[in-house]
Amino acid sequence: MKKTDDSLTSIIELGTDDEHASVVNSKRMVKRKFYDKLFYRLCQSTIILALIILVVLIAHILISGLSWLSIDFFTNFTSRFAEQAGIKAAIAGSMWVLFLTASFAIPLGVSAAIFLEEYAPKSKWVEWVQINIGNLAGMPSIVYGLVGLTVFVRYLNFERSLLAGSLTLALLVLPIIIISSQEAIKAVPLSLREAAYALGARKWQVVFLQVLPAALPGILTGVILSVSRAIGETAPLIVIGALSFVAFTPGSIWDEFTVLPIQIYNWASKPQVEFHQLAAAAIIVLLVLLFAMNFLAIYLRQKYQRYKL
Amino acid sequence: MSASQSEKPEVILETKDLNVFYGENQAIHSVNMQVKKGTVAALIGPSGCGKSTFLRSLNRMNDFVSTARVEGKVFYQGKNLYSKEVDPVELRSQIGMVFQKPNPFPKSIYKNIIWGPKINGFSGDMDLLVEKSLKRAALWGEVKDRLHDSAFDLSGGQQQRLCIARTIAMNPDVILMDEPCSALDPRSTQAIEDLITELKRRYTIIIVTHNMQQAGRISDETYFFHEGNLIESGDTKQIFTKPSVQMTEDYITGRFG
Repeated sequence: MKKTDDSLTSIIELGTDDEHASVVNSKRMVKRKFYDKLFYRLCQSTIILALIILVVLIAHILISGLSWLSIDFFTNFTSRFAEQAGIKAAIAGSMWVLFLTASFAIPLGVSAAIFLEEYAPKSKWVEWVQINIGNLAGMPSIVYGLVGLTVFVRYLNFERSLLAGSLTLALLVLPIIIISSQEAIKAVPLSLREAAYALGARKWQVVFLQVLPAALPGILTGVILSVSRAIGETAPLIVIGALSFVAFTPGSIWDEFTVLPIQIYNWASKPQVEFHQLAAAAIIVLLVLLFAMNFLAIYLRQKYQRYKL
Repeated sequence: MSASQSEKPEVILETKDLNVFYGENQAIHSVNMQVKKGTVAALIGPSGCGKSTFLRSLNRMNDFVSTARVEGKVFYQGKNLYSKEVDPVELRSQIGMVFQKPNPFPKSIYKNIIWGPKINGFSGDMDLLVEKSLKRAALWGEVKDRLHDSAFDLSGGQQQRLCIARTIAMNPDVILMDEPCSALDPRSTQAIEDLITELKRRYTIIIVTHNMQQAGRISDETYFFHEGNLIESGDTKQIFTKPSVQMTEDYITGRFG
């Protein structure tokens, strides 16, 4: 009985087909087409603008720096004479920092992400921690420099060592690693966990044997991108007192050091044009390094996504 | 009298006044059921009637839903599954589950089968186990030459049979199936239905299904759920030919649902 009532009212409310014919306003059609095109062009022009700026920057750097790239540039230490200056110390320092930062930040960050996603109870306190990790990820890097200076350099007496610098940068990238790893873990479908649990798996078996391998491409991408951010950082290392004139390669984590971005900063702030060109050459090296790391991230993601979920 | 008593099949799984809540909402209202060993029990009912919730409370998969709360008792091998001394992980290795959407692991066919036994400490002949499980799941012939290919290369129906094979590899007593054919085409459905009929010689199967013809074809007993209540249960033939409750008849004849 009720059903027939419903169908009657629905016919009345929907009206007849004739009334619907007038809904499309043909006069406005031209205008709508125009807006459609306009929006497309607008979007297109922004990407073109961005690309032009990038190309101009890279071209500028290549033009001024490319001729300074030579074997000597990589094997010489920096010098008062532009012709003899090289980035041996800076490259070595950057590699040390890269390695040390990664080995501090990755295990810590990934473990924290696993705990927060898989084990932490849903409480106000965990929520508060989560919000603050988000805030830390957006903190200016100089603040980390000040923390590093206070805690590692002065309080723990690590002085201006590789250890102090790497720990500072590890702090800097830790929130990013945690958040990106959490996202990767979150993206593992529930059905995969259920499949594992339904076969009598313990929680740690589900986490380590199913969830983590499935989340690995995402975790790796986040890790590589954040570590590549670390090797591009200058400000926090200047604050903790990394040197700008280093004529030796560090032999241990207690040694003083410099890194590529600081070397660039140092050369770029000299008055002579030759040093500006040297800075451009060092920028090329840094860019190649960063691109390589980004490509590695993409490659690893592709490789491990062979079994897509 | 005593002769017929001894012939009566043994009850393997029994619920007593089982209530399931999601937060404030009660999804299952004091359900009592008894499933006999070596039979296929079908749970039918309209969408949202709680049959999947009910099924998941039989191997404690509801433990992973933070808002879910279970009251009442589920007896398996004489023990209440919800009592403290029962380890839900151990339990799930005896009461297996096949899900609505095929969910093979992102690994090879071979590794999908051995994963469960391996993490549970099985150290016997893996090759033999894989072959046996796949044969029982009627998949061996189709995959025997590509055991080390990704499980994702299989068709949907093959993936679902792989999931059944994976469950069988654990050698469970009971297999719970949550609408295992709903994502499959008619031919794959046919294959799985044949498989279920074959499997019940060894395992007890409880299957949730939307498809009443399917329930009629494969099950020995049928349980009709509506809004969290068990409305009627009994011999499948009887439920489908002369149900005793009007609502059951309305549902089976397609008047609602």
